Amino acid sequence: MRHVISVLLENESGALSRVAGLFSARGYNIESLTVAPTNDPTLSRMTIVTIGTERIIEQIIKQLNKLVDVVRLTDLTEVQFIEREIMMVKVRAVGEGREELKRMTDIFRGRILDVTESSYVIELTGDDHKITAFLDTLGSENIIEVVRSGATGIARGEKSLKV
Amino acid sequence: MELSGGEVLMEALKEEGVEYIFGYPGGAVLHIYDALYQQNSVKHILVRHEQAATHAADGYARSTGKPGVVLVTSGPGATNAVTGIATAFLDSIPMVIISGQVPSRLIGSDAFQEVDCVGITRPCVKHNFLVDSLENFASTIKKAFHVATSGRPGPVVIDIPKDLTTPDIKVAFEYPDHVEMRSYSPPELGHPGQIRKAVDLILSAKRPIIYSGGGVVLGGASEQLCALTKELGFPITQTLMGLGAFPASDKQNIGMLGMHGTYEANMAMHECDVLIAIGARFDDRITGELDKFCPHAKIVHVDIDPASISKNVVVDVPIVGHVTQVLDAMVALVKESSRRPEKTDMESWWAQIREWQAMDSLGYDLSTEVIKPQAVVESLWRATKGDAFITSDVGQHQMWAAQFYGFDKPRRWINSGGLGTMGFGLPSAIGVQLAHPDATVACITGEASIQMCIQELSTCLQYNTPIKIINLNNRYMGMVRQWQEFGYEKRYSHSYMDALPDFVKLAESYGHVGMRIDKPSDVDDALKEALSLTDRVVFMDFITDQSENVYPMIEAGKGHHEMRLNPRKEPA
Ligand SMILES: Cc1ncc(C[n+]2csc(CCOP(=O)(O)OP(=O)(O)O)c2C)c(N)n1
Ligand SMILES: [Mg+2]
Repeated sequence: MRHVISVLLENESGALSRVAGLFSARGYNIESLTVAPTNDPTLSRMTIVTIGTERIIEQIIKQLNKLVDVVRLTDLTEVQFIEREIMMVKVRAVGEGREELKRMTDIFRGRILDVTESSYVIELTGDDHKITAFLDTLGSENIIEVVRSGATGIARGEKSLKV
Repeated sequence: MELSGGEVLMEALKEEGVEYIFGYPGGAVLHIYDALYQQNSVKHILVRHEQAATHAADGYARSTGKPGVVLVTSGPGATNAVTGIATAFLDSIPMVIISGQVPSRLIGSDAFQEVDCVGITRPCVKHNFLVDSLENFASTIKKAFHVATSGRPGPVVIDIPKDLTTPDIKVAFEYPDHVEMRSYSPPELGHPGQIRKAVDLILSAKRPIIYSGGGVVLGGASEQLCALTKELGFPITQTLMGLGAFPASDKQNIGMLGMHGTYEANMAMHECDVLIAIGARFDDRITGELDKFCPHAKIVHVDIDPASISKNVVVDVPIVGHVTQVLDAMVALVKESSRRPEKTDMESWWAQIREWQAMDSLGYDLSTEVIKPQAVVESLWRATKGDAFITSDVGQHQMWAAQFYGFDKPRRWINSGGLGTMGFGLPSAIGVQLAHPDATVACITGEASIQMCIQELSTCLQYNTPIKIINLNNRYMGMVRQWQEFGYEKRYSHSYMDALPDFVKLAESYGHVGMRIDKPSDVDDALKEALSLTDRVVFMDFITDQSENVYPMIEAGKGHHEMRLNPRKEPA
């Protein structure tokens, strides 16, 4: 199953490679991994999307907890949570296709950030499903370049991940 | 007090009560060596290779319970230390390794003797630090000792750039008296509800067995383990790393389990209905084929590391906590309770075990022609009254040492179980002997393993560590040969040890006593003589049977009940 794990870790050099190293050394999957400092500059928050059986996910969580730089973590998949990822996609936009692309972008609540005679850069925010659906709609033959931020997530309601 | 980086380190080591530091100098640690020179509270042991520094510190740590301390230079100094760091990591040995690094401004420039030490050691340390300012050095050392010794212990590396130890740059020194780390809080107390649940299960067992591991030794819980085992009257088996935590000579002890465990221990594992795992981690050399592991058992698992629980084998009652505390609580609950397993159940279980024992799975044929390696270990046990510290290398000799030297006390059996590092035996013995100057320390080794750190014979002379080297010389990488015999139709590919040195002369050239023993009838006397030379290193080269194999053996894909036995044990 797909799990979204949020990790608070010391904002120190090397902390990221400890996490990345753990995943590669133990052969765990990483779908995506994002990291950036939080409002507390001494802490970074990382979101890891991984796939594994319940047993593997349990091990991943325990092994992450064992890392000395990890302060706290939570498996968001266990609670109600919001997942967001940002994507920018450069697409071929010529002739009548340009109008169609604009309409699709509106339907998906995306934005066109850059326009040339033959291309658009479209920004889209959403969860994995929405982004994949949009890419499918565009059709691979029209896509010039894709960049995705990787998922970030936060629990709904009052619950929070903090020190 | 204003101190330079080198002096900060010396003061901090003094505060930590460090007696010995095992090291080797080089450019990046010259300032530190200068500070070392100007103090006399910490004694430095100059090894001949940095791998040996880590193994010696490791032996010191294993035999005392105190952290071992290592000092190496940058680049090749650090990379040479990696094998020993990984060895300590896999066996959870507390160790602090200080490595010099090139000056801060050169980091990342491929400077002379620069390697990314923090990067290279990351996967084989409990934690590591690159010191970024002299102000943080003392607190980093404090943290390193704290992390290395608490929770599940392990090695911690401190990489310190050379510019931070410059003699004329000083900082106000104050050694912190405690550590604040919001991201590190090892578990201590086992959950009372879980402990109660475990005891309930244990007291309802019909065919119980206690399986204890290195965690009991590391956690100093030998006494508690004995109390529980005695109170329950259950059979107990230990892992390679757990030997000595429960006396080998006690009737409840049914020996080591696993790949080269006894028939009775492995059979009891297979047949048990309640398995009580204490400070053990269900390593693949213990479990055999996982699908066949303890098919009838409900499992209790006590461990300080939550990640050890249900990693390889899913358990029924996990207890995360310090093993002494958890065992104390268990003993108290058992004593409180009037319940005990049914007497008749226990009697028939023990009867079954005694029947398996009667098989004498460790039995071997003595010879008048050729020395049997097992017999040497047994003779050593007699000659030392079972009370020596025994270090070992890796191979058949290691298994025979584990099988035939009955350890009655914890911290006496010093071997690289997790990583299986050839070359560990001799340097670790140096650390053990320094920690226990009056004790008998013997290194049971093989002619292949001993050559991996043979240069340390020189260190032995310099520091007068009179260890006894028991070289079980079968002219083969015996363990490799054994696997080739069983699994590769005796194609002995590169496992013959050709061109061996004359070990007697070699020992003599290092200033030690050398002995060559090739007759079975000479073994006892030779050992007696060697042991009487209490102030000398004696290298005993025992020419042993080349074809001897370690039995029993659980081969790949097999379960505990499918051991390969010594052919003389198989029914005709
Ligand atoms: C550093 C290292 N390299 C290789 C091995 C693989 N290995 C395990 S046992 C063994 C042979 C050991 O031979 P020896 O020391 O003579 O012991 P014996 O098995 O003959 O008693 C080897 C090569 C190892 N454990 N460690
Ligand atoms: Mg050999």
